[in-house]
Amino acid sequence: MSRLLALFLLPLAAVTDFAMAADGATRPLNWNAIGMFLVFVLFTLGVTRWAALRTRSASDFYTAGGGMTGFQNGLAIAGDMISAASFLGISAMMFLNGYDGLLYALGVLAGWPIILFLIAERLRNLGKYTFADVVSYRLEQTPVRLTSAFGTLTVALMYLVAQMVGAGKLIELLFGIDYLYAVMLVGVLMVFYVTFGGMLATTWVQIIKAVMLLFGTSFMAFMVLKHFGFSTEAMFAGATAVHAKGSAIMAPGGLLSNPIDAISLGLGMMFGTAGLPHILMRFFTVSDAKEARKSVFYATGFIGYFYLLLIIVGFGAIVMVGTDPSYRDATGAIIGGGNMVAVHLAQAVGGNLFLGFISAVAFATILAVVAGLALSGASAVSHDLYACVMRKGQASEQQEMRVSRIATLCIGVLAIILGLLFESQNIAFLSGLVLAIAASVNFPVLFLSMYWKGLTTRGAVLGSLSGLVSAIVLLVLSPAVWVNVMHHDKALFPYSNPALFSMSLAFFSAWLFSVTDTSPRAAHERGRYLAQFIRSMTGIGASGASKH
Amino acid sequence: MSPQDIELIHQHPDFIQLVRRKQKLYWSLSLIMLVIYFGFVLLVAFSPSTLGQSLSGGVTTVGMLVGVVIVGLAFALTGFYVYRANNVIDPLNEKLKQECAR
Repeated sequence: MSRLLALFLLPLAAVTDFAMAADGATRPLNWNAIGMFLVFVLFTLGVTRWAALRTRSASDFYTAGGGMTGFQNGLAIAGDMISAASFLGISAMMFLNGYDGLLYALGVLAGWPIILFLIAERLRNLGKYTFADVVSYRLEQTPVRLTSAFGTLTVALMYLVAQMVGAGKLIELLFGIDYLYAVMLVGVLMVFYVTFGGMLATTWVQIIKAVMLLFGTSFMAFMVLKHFGFSTEAMFAGATAVHAKGSAIMAPGGLLSNPIDAISLGLGMMFGTAGLPHILMRFFTVSDAKEARKSVFYATGFIGYFYLLLIIVGFGAIVMVGTDPSYRDATGAIIGGGNMVAVHLAQAVGGNLFLGFISAVAFATILAVVAGLALSGASAVSHDLYACVMRKGQASEQQEMRVSRIATLCIGVLAIILGLLFESQNIAFLSGLVLAIAASVNFPVLFLSMYWKGLTTRGAVLGSLSGLVSAIVLLVLSPAVWVNVMHHDKALFPYSNPALFSMSLAFFSAWLFSVTDTSPRAAHERGRYLAQFIRSMTGIGASGASKH
Repeated sequence: MSPQDIELIHQHPDFIQLVRRKQKLYWSLSLIMLVIYFGFVLLVAFSPSTLGQSLSGGVTTVGMLVGVVIVGLAFALTGFYVYRANNVIDPLNEKLKQECAR
């Protein structure tokens, strides 16, 4: 891990010319937002206390005892996807480039039906706490768990750093709280939710926030439509009339203009989602495959609905925020940077009180997502590394949960430190990178372990590692890092997204090192596929919900 | 499951039927979704002007409608899958489980 981070610190240290928040001046405290956020925190701490009383076994801690319904889990999954990054980021992209913002949204959404058809039910039928349970089902525990835990921690930590830095900047801007305190507050609350309330609290915090965000965005979209007499045509006409790019914002622009880049980004977004450990973990919180299936149906509906609202928010903001000089500073730039347009729109349609609400929701969103990330990272440490690898399955549930709580605390401290270290660094590419890495490291091996009889331990480990190494190397050599961050003249790897190449390489190496594996162990592992296949198809023998 | 159980289920006509139906369902739906999404991505890459055409003489473009339709289709496909799985696959699965439990 440390070597990996050193690899990233190196290029990142070179960046000083970018900061998400445009103005460094101290801002007044926003009391509406702080008041509403305090209500949210008090309420969620109450939920955490309630959840803590119900969290007794390891199954409670990791998966809320498998007792969530499909609808609840669907909301929680939707909550993980409609993060602050997508709410603020996609609406900002639409504000700046129009249609291109929609391309991003569609990539994330299109992955969900595939997850439903190919992943969700088998995952639920085969696994218990982590996706490594599934990959190591018929393979050798130690090497496969080590690799999967490594993949989980890499993805979770990178995602966490991206979220922490974004959170600190955002909270500084919205609430007027100092960056240092903002990051510490996020870290402390995250650790609190996870260590005391486990998955039950984490899921409910996510559900509460998802409802708040869906409600807030619906209200914004409604007010925008009302402003345009409930005519999207009038809204688009207004937007093209005032936008600097004119009617070009209604069609695809520069993004995805290169076919290879387009496919690579599409693959990364589609299958990256299916490799995110905190998302995969959610499938173990429901009682059986049927509920897992229902949860994706609801999640797809909520995510799709949310992205449709964002079209209205983004294009509405072009008119209602873009043309209002009070949202621009002396140089004509949007106050607080491009990512703030959705927040400004909240004020434009609902006044200061609603601005406070949306600010509080944005904070809540970050908290809910980082809590899920911390829990998935902690599970990889306590379940995969400690209980299965170090103790060979001999650890008691109490010991396992204690390690998990300690791991959460360590991840929390690490996240705060990294958040402070990376404060003024350009980490925008990190969140895109996370999906590409997840698509290359976790997804191919997970998919092959469930669908291909021939996968052996050697193939799984080497496939996963080659996906990780190639994704990172290609990204460092790509324009985003090699040119923009390290200031070389020309990128050695011409495409902005490595997923097409690194994912293919991961699949290829997993295949190659499996078919050439003639060891008796490999033969044994292939022989165990049939039993796994029957369980994945029928659910016979799958772990059920724990009774309370 | 003992090796005998595995062999029993594996040879069971209901299991063979279940596997066939389930695989047909998920592979065909996955293919449809991949074709829709990557068809769209390739259209964006090769012929963005198609998507930039006016839908009915106004400002709203074909691409905007296509985007909204893809969101709708993604949701509809998941809905169709859940409906088929609940009403066709699950009863078969239950039957198989009961027969094998005996």
